[in-house]
Amino acid sequence: MKLLTANFVQCTVRACGSTPDCFPLHFDQQSPDIPLELAHEDVDYSPEFIYNILPRIEWTALLTTARELGNTQLPEKKPEIENPHAPENEQLLKDLHTLLLETQIIQGSMRCANCGHIYFIRDSIPNFLLPGHLVQ
Amino acid sequence: MPEYLILLAQKHESFRKTELDALAELEQVPVDLSRHDVNTPLLYVTLDSEEDARRLIRRSILVRSIFEVWGRGDSFERLHEDVKRRTSHLWPRYKDVSFKFDVISYRGSRTKEEQREIIESFSYVDFEGPIRMRNPEEVFTIIEEYNAPSVPINDRRVLKDICFGRFIGDGQRDIIDKYDLKKRKYIGTTSFDAELALISSNIGLAAPGKLVYDPFAGTGSFLVAASHFGAMAFGSDIDGRQIRGTPNSNIVTNYTQYNVKSQFLDTFVCDFTHNPIRPSFRLDAIICDPPYGVREGLKVLGSRNTERYADRLPTRLDNGDLSHLQLDYIPPKKPYHFDALLDDLLFFAADHLVDNGRLCCWMPTANEDYGERDIPMHPNLKLISNCVQEFNKWSRRLLTYSRRPRNCPSLESSGKSSRVYKEQFRDKYFRGFAQPKDDWEEKSL
Repeated sequence: MKLLTANFVQCTVRACGSTPDCFPLHFDQQSPDIPLELAHEDVDYSPEFIYNILPRIEWTALLTTARELGNTQLPEKKPEIENPHAPENEQLLKDLHTLLLETQIIQGSMRCANCGHIYFIRDSIPNFLLPGHLVQ
Repeated sequence: MPEYLILLAQKHESFRKTELDALAELEQVPVDLSRHDVNTPLLYVTLDSEEDARRLIRRSILVRSIFEVWGRGDSFERLHEDVKRRTSHLWPRYKDVSFKFDVISYRGSRTKEEQREIIESFSYVDFEGPIRMRNPEEVFTIIEEYNAPSVPINDRRVLKDICFGRFIGDGQRDIIDKYDLKKRKYIGTTSFDAELALISSNIGLAAPGKLVYDPFAGTGSFLVAASHFGAMAFGSDIDGRQIRGTPNSNIVTNYTQYNVKSQFLDTFVCDFTHNPIRPSFRLDAIICDPPYGVREGLKVLGSRNTERYADRLPTRLDNGDLSHLQLDYIPPKKPYHFDALLDDLLFFAADHLVDNGRLCCWMPTANEDYGERDIPMHPNLKLISNCVQEFNKWSRRLLTYSRRPRNCPSLESSGKSSRVYKEQFRDKYFRGFAQPKDDWEEKSL
């Protein structure tokens, strides 16, 4: 799972949906059965895509996720970019590209801060199915 | 304005205009397609420039080629008159280029001799450049269309229309073969026909910089198709086995096979009625074939036995461990109504699509009782096309909706659909579309 995806998924328990704590899901407590594993995977750089997706990013949530995964380099405020092809924006867009699309969570677990439910990620694929007692 | 001839494939006719409309919007090419007729592969349009002509069709799956019209007529006499009248000022420009001539006949054929005679009848254009059968600079094409075979006169069919044109560009019919399921490494029982998946992606306006989602991704047929056109794609499915595949054969290896891996975002396992995508997140398009239960029974999370989890307590194994934390845990599922799933899908699309973003969704209908009322609707989604692929007793339709811009508040959502769900498609399918059942309710849910 890429970091971009982590920025748009929340707890799927219906009762959590309306609470502020259901997003983002947290990586701060990992299960010993599936230790957290990150990897870098090259993705062709597309300034157009990063530029289009940046307004849809929840920046505070991204800061939280990045910090929990060990990255504290992000600026506190979401950068504003007017022209994705301007040379002065290139480094910033490339950094965001690396963070959002090239950082892979190969395995680990994500925790809902509201209900405490744990979602596992295995082989880069998160599983959002709920056990019977959490389905309404 | 210059006139162009679009030569269309004689296949999936009801999708052709919708695909071209979508491409005109995507490429911002102004064009009037009202002369499109499903009965003929020839479509005449006027366009601003040769560049517009090339752009309009460069992604098309249902366009063979586009030509600059040099003349047309219902007989060769009239055609030659028209060519001389329209283009004599152009002939010197092509005097020295390498060229070749092609003859294409619809509902008729020409012998080699006849073709040569036809080509020679154009000798007045006086091209002096070399004739090259391979990679000529210009290709001039005579396209003849005959009337339908019901009106033969003297054993010969009657010419309806002849066009003489200069070749401008091809669509992408050649990639249908590249994406053919027979050559795809990872497929499953629900893999979707490559040609129609690519057409769906064009209609969904998949393009570079955009984010496309398939909530019923299966083996990822729509994901690779959207990514072929440059979109970043992600998908989910309740069936984790399909999403995962095997270590050497899965959705990601398909992406590698087609050399579009950088357009793959992610896949995850989820039930659509418990979707993890946060409400504020916006998608550019949703392109999918929802499960109607014929190949795979339609299931969502939950238990058939409503009492089973009434205490809301997790299940424990004999040794006291929580069963849902086991790696091999399989959550309980219950059957769901296809129409309810479609309503959920429209609701989700209205919430998540960007303004003017598109939902393209396939829906099966039984030919015996299809009516407009079977089309699901949502106040914030405008139905822009309903294309149909017909089989013997049933059809499948590609429904395309556009998200109404949010600054028109008059049409805000009214909550859940109040449709009355009727007999499910899968039940009609398995009874062979014979007699309607009055007692379907007890059986299907």
